[in-house]
Amino acid sequence: MTEIANKLLGNIGRSTLDVLQQLRGVRSLTAEAGYWMFIAPFRSQKLKWKNTIEQMVKIGFNSMPIVLLIAFFVGLIIAMQSAYQLERFGTTIYVANLVAVSLTRELAPLLTAIIVTGRSGSAITAEIGTMKVSEEVDALQTMGLNPVRFLVVPRLLAIMIMLPCLTVIADLVGIFGGYVLAMGTLDLTSVRYIDQTISALTFRDLSSGLIKSVFFAFIIGMNGCFQGLSVRGGAEGVGKSTTRSVVVSIFLIILADVFFTFLFFSTF
Amino acid sequence: MQEPIIQIKDLVAAYGDREVLKGINLDIYPGESIAILGRSGCGKSTLLRHMIGLAQPKSGEVRIKGEDIGSMNEEERNEVLKKTGMLFQSAALFNSMTVGDNVAFPLREHTDLEESTISIMMKMKLDLVGLSGFDDFKPAELSGGMKKRAGLARALAMDPEILFCDEPSAGLDPIVGAGLDNLIRRLQKAFNMTIVVVTHEMESVYIIADRIAMLHEGRILAVGTKDELLNHPDPRVKQFLNREADDEEMDRDSYLKTIMGKDE
Repeated sequence: MTEIANKLLGNIGRSTLDVLQQLRGVRSLTAEAGYWMFIAPFRSQKLKWKNTIEQMVKIGFNSMPIVLLIAFFVGLIIAMQSAYQLERFGTTIYVANLVAVSLTRELAPLLTAIIVTGRSGSAITAEIGTMKVSEEVDALQTMGLNPVRFLVVPRLLAIMIMLPCLTVIADLVGIFGGYVLAMGTLDLTSVRYIDQTISALTFRDLSSGLIKSVFFAFIIGMNGCFQGLSVRGGAEGVGKSTTRSVVVSIFLIILADVFFTFLFFSTF
Repeated sequence: MQEPIIQIKDLVAAYGDREVLKGINLDIYPGESIAILGRSGCGKSTLLRHMIGLAQPKSGEVRIKGEDIGSMNEEERNEVLKKTGMLFQSAALFNSMTVGDNVAFPLREHTDLEESTISIMMKMKLDLVGLSGFDDFKPAELSGGMKKRAGLARALAMDPEILFCDEPSAGLDPIVGAGLDNLIRRLQKAFNMTIVVVTHEMESVYIIADRIAMLHEGRILAVGTKDELLNHPDPRVKQFLNREADDEEMDRDSYLKTIMGKDE
């Protein structure tokens, strides 16, 4: 019995230490990335804009088709689900409110973040991890070039610019999805639906969604880079870290979502 | 004698609690070529990592041109590193770039030269290692020996005073390996570079090195020319140079303890 208890406590202790050490690592990486983003450019060490734009295309622009498709379908789904309830009260016009508000405040930022985690967060980890394993990261360092400046900052910057953009697009396309369903199956006119959508939305709804998405982007980028840089031991290590990167990112995104939703819920 | 260009003083390095280097003292002089020789796992790669500032020593110091690189801040260290080159065991070319871009990369990042000048310099470096015309190839399209040559061209891009090589001929067939060793030796003489080579291959050492430092279990066992080492009193030096295997004595009691997992 005592042996099992010992083992259990030992495992809990080890994982706690492990998590703490990872947190320390993330903190120092964040500090370093912050330095190269905000302080170094004023000391004549410019940001790597060319790399950043390359990453913006990879992370943002290339994710557009899948984000558009999913946002459209989610818009349709929400419209159907809310119509199912609202039809009983004969107030199907409120479908417009439900679609617009739930997308902008919650679903568009969250879904976009999760798609980008799967698509780009994993790619970031795999890329940096492979570079780590093949000594490319060391090679940068021996040339007197900082790996955080060259690898982490362009990716982090790119994702923090592109995720809010993608979220705005998802907002619009999702609302359009709802509109298509309403026009097709509900007895509403186009003008009324659009009017209702505009009057339902407030600046707060949009901004709270966008603020969330900036933080989600930070989580995906930072965690992706950190997991990549902490790869150990060959191809297997890259695979493990990539899996961990996706799982941890999604978990942290949901956690952050709870926090921010609560914040906006209680303050706005 | 001249001032040493690299000076290692009482260097102790550890991974966690395990000490890998246990007090290394070594002076390397400008223009010489020194081989750091030792068995696998004796700490030679660790020593190299400390010389180029990839790792922080537990105690002791590494001085390059009189300055301790362990206590420098990053900017100062990067200034020193600009004047050194490193050839990695796996060549460590950036796989996402062409060979030409790999060689031009340090020039683009560290100098304000015109793109046309950089392109000429890149072609010169590639020609130097016998890879002219390969600038548009991706590293994945090159053979192992060619990758190492490209890695060498990149290491030479900034005209370094010191060139570090990690196992230059490892993983290559004897002919290509010897070719690479000869190339390194020729370039060292041509540019009067200081070369530090980490290797376990004797053939490599004979071609490249003026002096040999033998590392054994985290300590320097012997330093000297090839002839000096061949007459060294320590049997372990001779054993290594003559490629003799360890005596495989088996202690039955200790074996039993190992497999039973008991330490007493």
